[in-house]
Amino acid sequence: MQFDTPATTNPIDRLKVIGRPIPRIDGQLKTTGRAMYAYEWHDSNVRCAYGYPLGAAIAKGRIKSMDISAAKKAPGVLAVVTALDAGKRKKGKYNTANLFGGDEVQHYHQAIAVVVAETFEQARAASVLIKVAYTEEKGSFDLKAAMDTAVKPESEQPDSAVGDFEGAFRAAPVVLDETYTTPDQSHSMMEPHASIAAWDGDELTVWTSSQMIDWWRSDLATTLDMDKEKIHLMSPFIGGGFGGKLFLRADAVLAAFGARAAKRPVKVALPRPFLVNNTTHRPATLQRIRIGAERNGKITAIAHESGSGDLPGGGPETAVMQTRLLYAGANRMTAMLLATLDLPEGNAMRAPGEAPGLMALEIAIDEIAERVGIDPVQFRIINDTQVDPEKPERPFSHRDLIGCLKLGAERFGWEGQGRPGSRREGSWLIGTGVAAAFRNNLVMPSGAKVRLDGEGVVTVETDMTDIGTGSYTIIAQTAAEMMGVTIDRVSVHLGDSRFPVSAGSGGQFGANSATSGVYAACVKLREAITQKLGFNSDDVVFENGEVRSGNRSLPLAEAVGPHGLVGEDTMKWGDLSKTHQQSTFGAHFVEVGVDVDTGESRIRRMLAVCAAGRILNPITARSQVIGAMTMGVGAALSEELAVDTRRGYFVNHDLAGYEVPVHADIPHQEVIFMDETDPMSSPMKAKGVGELGLCGVAAAIANAIYNATGVRIRHYPITLDKLIGGLPEVT
Amino acid sequence: MRPFTYERASSIEAAAKVAASNSQAKFIAGGTNLLDLMKLEIETPAHLIDVNDLGLDKIEATSEGGLRIGALVRNTDLAADETVRRDYGLLSRALVAGASGQLRNKATTAGNLLQRTRCPYFYDTNQPCNKRQPGSGCSAIGGFSRQHAVIGTSDACIATHPSDMAVALRTLDATIESVKGDGSRRSIPIADLHRLPGDTPEIETVLEPGEFITAVLLPRPLGGKHIYRKVRDRASYAFALVSVGAVIQPDGTGRVAVGGIAHKPWRVEAADTELPNGARATSRVLLADARSTGQNRFKIDLVERTLGAVIAAAKG
Repeated sequence: MQFDTPATTNPIDRLKVIGRPIPRIDGQLKTTGRAMYAYEWHDSNVRCAYGYPLGAAIAKGRIKSMDISAAKKAPGVLAVVTALDAGKRKKGKYNTANLFGGDEVQHYHQAIAVVVAETFEQARAASVLIKVAYTEEKGSFDLKAAMDTAVKPESEQPDSAVGDFEGAFRAAPVVLDETYTTPDQSHSMMEPHASIAAWDGDELTVWTSSQMIDWWRSDLATTLDMDKEKIHLMSPFIGGGFGGKLFLRADAVLAAFGARAAKRPVKVALPRPFLVNNTTHRPATLQRIRIGAERNGKITAIAHESGSGDLPGGGPETAVMQTRLLYAGANRMTAMLLATLDLPEGNAMRAPGEAPGLMALEIAIDEIAERVGIDPVQFRIINDTQVDPEKPERPFSHRDLIGCLKLGAERFGWEGQGRPGSRREGSWLIGTGVAAAFRNNLVMPSGAKVRLDGEGVVTVETDMTDIGTGSYTIIAQTAAEMMGVTIDRVSVHLGDSRFPVSAGSGGQFGANSATSGVYAACVKLREAITQKLGFNSDDVVFENGEVRSGNRSLPLAEAVGPHGLVGEDTMKWGDLSKTHQQSTFGAHFVEVGVDVDTGESRIRRMLAVCAAGRILNPITARSQVIGAMTMGVGAALSEELAVDTRRGYFVNHDLAGYEVPVHADIPHQEVIFMDETDPMSSPMKAKGVGELGLCGVAAAIANAIYNATGVRIRHYPITLDKLIGGLPEVT
Repeated sequence: MRPFTYERASSIEAAAKVAASNSQAKFIAGGTNLLDLMKLEIETPAHLIDVNDLGLDKIEATSEGGLRIGALVRNTDLAADETVRRDYGLLSRALVAGASGQLRNKATTAGNLLQRTRCPYFYDTNQPCNKRQPGSGCSAIGGFSRQHAVIGTSDACIATHPSDMAVALRTLDATIESVKGDGSRRSIPIADLHRLPGDTPEIETVLEPGEFITAVLLPRPLGGKHIYRKVRDRASYAFALVSVGAVIQPDGTGRVAVGGIAHKPWRVEAADTELPNGARATSRVLLADARSTGQNRFKIDLVERTLGAVIAAAKG
């Protein structure tokens, strides 16, 4: 099915199942431990050996030699495969750094060997016995220094310029010109990357933890130099990804090599420190924002420039993108620079671009609003735009940022915001902050196969993944709504390369795209049933487990017959996203307390109001948003990968050193969804929400800290050492 | 983790004797720190002596009016003990400020004292570290050192001692009871237990090889207000950037020790006498020879500010 005209009324609009607060259908499997994650597959006829990875001990250079003699003789060891044994491999399309193979070391903890043994402990102990000689090379590890030689990135996102920014900025009566920085961040999902690989002749089966089944399968085939069709990849349950599992990772490659060498199925999980230095991270940014405004609060000039770094062949963190669309203003420009860094690979992490971009932009908006003397909620309302500011002929498909701000202000009690540093309770300085949330709504082609069997059970198969987001549930809801059955009559199977290729989970495109794919397949199935029965397709109705046309009706099980019927299709997307800008919007309101003595910032309450099209399931959507808000607290207050610029790696590479929020950091969180639909986005009329929830949170917190203390911090995370110099002296 | 042999000790003396005769042996109690270090091969004992069954898990009143805390009393039990909560509130508060409920259920009193630094370079065996590999150099100096010590450091090591409990025990002037390999017993004031790094940061305490801590003695209760203020980036489950343990009397006199700034819980008795003169006067003496790396410069201010908050709280 091609979606190229705005959706009209369709069976989803009945909202008997869609839009209902249905608890996730896989919840019981998870709470009872029966949902099998990658490392946990226990097939009775698969006796797995354990692989343990060895990472490079240097950041850049060459492997001179590897002595594996002691490791091979260690107790229980079945095989040792080194990067030199594997040789230089072709690299997957989506990988920047090599995952395994060859003598080149591109970053710290790049995988250089896998040891396979009977037990995990034996494999780990033997890995330490491998002696490696390196030729170390000088690398570039300091973003600030590397910016001197940064270049314009070769990417599909060019610099932008409309009107005369410089002239308008010079002429503006109120201006802001500030620099903001965001640090490298780690996905730090609960489940580490893990894979089991089993060879059967030249065919390979892989159980793994992947957000994108088809990308992984293709890139694994490329890396192993084999036919993609001979790889069967499964990832039915995933313990979080946040973008860290979008692209093939070393665990799958090492498991495949280890299994081939040991002639046994092999399981490999990446140790926690590898998540930081072996895989990918969100790159740090240096951002400069300039805004010029009239005294009435209208922005006349806005510029956003961002610099980031990556390994050669990598790309920039696109932190300026939202600034092209979020606020009005006739004169505008954005630009990006990319520096070469020899740190581990920078790549997508939840809301890439917008998350760090809004961390900066939404402080800047708070600052210019203050300079103009207009309340920051009102300032954002004044500068709303209903069209793409760079191409005014191109409207937003649906944009209710103003509604989010107004409703949020009302529910939060915003009018109480006092001047900075004026509110105190005991030793707590109290402040409130607001920020806009913005994230583009992306769509991806997505396929599904839907079968209705002789028992009246609807079975959905798609390689879509559920990374904890609720995909199982919303897909079941979609199929139930389309086929007119209750949700308990639907069985959903995900994350298997034998199923139709779907959107996968990423870029908050998964929910809308994958359910649209299921919608398309259900349309096919409805047509097949209609045709089989000789019903009139104009008045056929699927409802209450029956198919009805005129005065004829039949139970579905009977309608499809003993052999059942199948519908399969892929949703493809026309030009609506080109003719109309599709984005999601929100407003975050936060109250913080800052300890006047120690500078510790603690969140007191949070509210998010989201306008993201139809909400398919308010429970799973809310979970997405509160999880994202929590991630935003980490971004604001504690999360930073510390770079050792001498040795070229992230030093705090575990969960003791890289501090994500804990329960005690998270206060009352409230989420409100605007009651809206977006017919331009899909037949579901839904949009993404999983990344929107993160966008702007950290800036709202930064603004609240400023309101509490009068100290403006433009460098994340806002830790107490940056604050205490500006707090009142101790008495 | 390297293979090791394991025995369950039958008596305190036997445990100390085996440990003294085998340089590759280590005691294991809760294992909350040792096992992590063994997995990373930072600790590589060839033999483990399990001391969990030696009956050292009791908290008893002493004839001097104090308290004897068995070396194997779990952190959770110690923090919840009625007498500790009533008479040594500082200790209870410091304990619950540390780690997590699960860890405190396993971790023991002696193990807590003997836990090793959380310096990230100590934990990464690819990096030079004088504490892990004497003579290899200190990566933290000139590296990522925001968490590191600002006083009592050396050119060989700027690591901190991570314990909260030890800060409370230092404030309370606890005494360590131990048995040596030859069966002799001794008492060590807590002030003397931990060493500064000097040129030998790998030697962290004055305990001799095989010497085994059996109990921690608390003197008679001090009265006064017991305050433990731990400052950290997140609200729970993080090591202290700075912590202040204080017992302050109604007249403003008292004593104070600081965590998160040195290779040992930091107390300077001469600073105690400045407490009535306020935080600035006290911290000037406490931190007289402080030396920061730049990244941890804030700790010097933070000690004074936190101490100010503690003194104010004592008045309130």
